[in-house]
Amino acid sequence: MKFIEDIFAKVRPNFEKGGKWEKFYYIYEAHETLFLVPNSTTGATGVQVRDAIDMKRMMMTVIIAMIPCLLFGIWNAGHQHYLAVGEVAALGDKLLTGAILVVPIIAVSYAVGLGIEFTFATINRHDVNEGFLVTGMLIPLVMPASIPLWQVGLATAFAVIIGKEVFGGTGMNILNVALTARAFLYFAYPSQISGDVWSYIGDGTAVAGFSGATPLAVGAAAVEGTTPMVEMLNNSWSTGLFDFWNMFLGIMPGSIGETSTLMCLIGAAILIGTGVGSWKIIFSVFAGAFVMGTVCNLVGANEYMLLPAQYHLVIGGLAFGAVFMASDPVTATQTETGKWIYGFLIGILTVIIRVFNPAYPEGIMLAILLMNVFAPLIDYYVVAANKKRRLKRATV
Amino acid sequence: MEAINIFIKSAFIDNMVFAYFLGMCSFLAVSKKVSTALGLGAAVIFVLTITVPINWLLQEYVLKEGALAWLGSSFETIDLSFLTFIMFIAIIAAMVQLVEMIIEKVSPSLYGSLGIFLPLIAVNCAILGASLFMVQRDYTIVEATAYGSGSGFGWFLAIIALAAIREKLKYSNVPNGLKGLGITMILTGLMGIAFKSFIGIVL
Repeated sequence: MKFIEDIFAKVRPNFEKGGKWEKFYYIYEAHETLFLVPNSTTGATGVQVRDAIDMKRMMMTVIIAMIPCLLFGIWNAGHQHYLAVGEVAALGDKLLTGAILVVPIIAVSYAVGLGIEFTFATINRHDVNEGFLVTGMLIPLVMPASIPLWQVGLATAFAVIIGKEVFGGTGMNILNVALTARAFLYFAYPSQISGDVWSYIGDGTAVAGFSGATPLAVGAAAVEGTTPMVEMLNNSWSTGLFDFWNMFLGIMPGSIGETSTLMCLIGAAILIGTGVGSWKIIFSVFAGAFVMGTVCNLVGANEYMLLPAQYHLVIGGLAFGAVFMASDPVTATQTETGKWIYGFLIGILTVIIRVFNPAYPEGIMLAILLMNVFAPLIDYYVVAANKKRRLKRATV
Repeated sequence: MEAINIFIKSAFIDNMVFAYFLGMCSFLAVSKKVSTALGLGAAVIFVLTITVPINWLLQEYVLKEGALAWLGSSFETIDLSFLTFIMFIAIIAAMVQLVEMIIEKVSPSLYGSLGIFLPLIAVNCAILGASLFMVQRDYTIVEATAYGSGSGFGWFLAIIALAAIREKLKYSNVPNGLKGLGITMILTGLMGIAFKSFIGIVL
């Protein structure tokens, strides 16, 4: 470690006040704190918190929690490719193919996003925040493996500038940045992010009967038909592809990181165990979706509504959204009661959008964005109710 | 049942603010505080719920071609629809006067904080817009009332959500050039993306 310290000590004077690259101090500072523990401590006056956790540590925890999803996503991208072209491949081949697909998307997302972050930090003279380390990883995980790279770059730029920097940077945004990126692509270039784009075919030819449909697309078809949806799922082109436990493990087409409910739950365990994510939000999203799924079962107007409620929890991106997006501490509600309301409404809205809105097969993205919009309002009323309750107690 | 559908549809799916971008002036101007926004939103719900059915009656029995038939057969050919705009506006202005008097009496503090925007509801395009959409879509009177209150409710939700966000935004570090209306415009656009979740739902 000594030599890293030496390097920083050597270049430091150039960036300090009066140095020749004074303007770029914040860029230097970002790199230094990435490698070294900052030397500065809070002054004698000011808030004193005795804790090792800071924003960098917190963001790193989230990234660690995402690693199972990422690794599984890489394997699954490769697996789905070989499944679609009908070849048998070894584990190594699948990982390699997956990595070739996924790594460039991550690279583009980080390069564009960090480029913008550094530019804004230099112009606005504020610290470079670590928020983007998480966002830059979330953006690739919610994209299909076949997404064109320029679209990833464009969406990242839009989300970071319009979704975050205009509000003042990390911690100030109203909508989840990664979901803003996805929503931007979803509405601007729908053909590359919806429909049968989830399996990468490449140069190969797809096997007979292949369909890139996700379980959600099957659901959209089930609304019209009369066959029970579970049966339709079991009759997929590849045997057992949409079996319940197979979908729980996530071996099915979908966005890179979202398919595996199991990996998301491992991530959730890490987030909750370290106290970074709120278990109330994560739990209530699942609960809301399950309750709404059950209500749909009771109404049962079409085959999609009759889908057993537990299926809603494993198809699509519900688990990923609940664990990594809904629990985002910046855009979620801040009050404890508010978290229950917020998560529960996300779950309910997700199922409503899935089942009732033929325009969008997946609902979790828009449900979270919508509740992000209403989160400050929920907080406002929770606080107001609390004030009222305590006032009443005080006057008695 | 049809009326409930229309209420939900006009509140969420065809939201006045996010689907049609109507009523933007007071939406942007009076959304600095939740309490004020709540008052204006309630006033808009009230005005819309009253004016849309009244305008429906006016349209049906006075303005539409042949609407005056109830006066006698010689009136059957009269078409007063060129008066639609001015009559609708007159009704809306009268209702807004009424609301203004009520609010001044009931809550002087709200009256003070709404300021000029209370009389300006009269020219709020969401309100005239609702009446004109009502004519276009051939609603019955029950549907028209549901449509009016639904549109009002949608506008109300939009403005209090924006007000709560803007109260939170006080603590963020918006670049100087964007402070105030600039960031609110961007915010409205982003909220529009979120509200797109409802567009396409068929009831």
